[in-house]
Amino acid sequence: MFSIYITSFIVGGLICVIGQLMFDVAKMTPAHTLCTLVVAGSILDGFGLYEPLIDFAGTGATIPITSFGNALTHGALAEAEKHGLIGVLTGMFEVTSSGISAAILFGFIASFIFKPKGNL
Amino acid sequence: MDQKKYAKLEQGITPKPPILKNCIKAFLVGGAFCLVAQFIALFYMTFFDFTERTASNPTVATMIFISMLLTGFGLYKKIGQIGGAGASVPITGFGNAVVSAAIEHKSEGYVLGVGGNIFKLAGSVILFGVFSAFLVALVKTILVKLGVVSW
Repeated sequence: MFSIYITSFIVGGLICVIGQLMFDVAKMTPAHTLCTLVVAGSILDGFGLYEPLIDFAGTGATIPITSFGNALTHGALAEAEKHGLIGVLTGMFEVTSSGISAAILFGFIASFIFKPKGNL
Repeated sequence: MDQKKYAKLEQGITPKPPILKNCIKAFLVGGAFCLVAQFIALFYMTFFDFTERTASNPTVATMIFISMLLTGFGLYKKIGQIGGAGASVPITGFGNAVVSAAIEHKSEGYVLGVGGNIFKLAGSVILFGVFSAFLVALVKTILVKLGVVSW
């Protein structure tokens, strides 16, 4: 029961270390790094490897941006299983809708409340 | 001096980033975000009707809400300076990209400024996520139809 907190911390941390190595060693920009991680997550789900990682590490696997690629592929595959090829298109945002809608909603709300501070 | 020589000279002069130190910081900050999220997931599983699997959706939304507050009060930038990739890889970094773009472009108006720029930084992640998910799912679906692999 408590081991999930430890595995979550370690796996989540390790994914961030991979990102940091891409910054420092491969000299990639943050945007390139994040895109690469998202693509990696979606490919891992194609091989069915990301779900076992979620079972093992909980939020350590669902909070890093890799899970965004995983969730997109997962939604597309789940819908494709039911409706065939057209499901690839229709199912894509089924799982990940909460992240995108929350980001849009809270982003818009934040633009009402907060003043610009040079955060970019 | 040609471009190659200049690049070589620049490489020699710029100080090397302290890779090990940066990695430890990224590990601790990124791990801390995931740990906080695990407690939020526990909250949703205990007080609402969520299972371990379905709890990840409200957890992600809550993390983005936290990231909105941190960004709005200017704290996320400081976390980013300490944590490096540990702050940008978790979903809070995605939230920060969207929220900060929305706040910064407020002065250009809500439609053209906020609406037009809200995905300025996060757009590439969505684009490549959707495109790679499309390719992966397409290939896998075709392979299943051909009977090469199973779901």
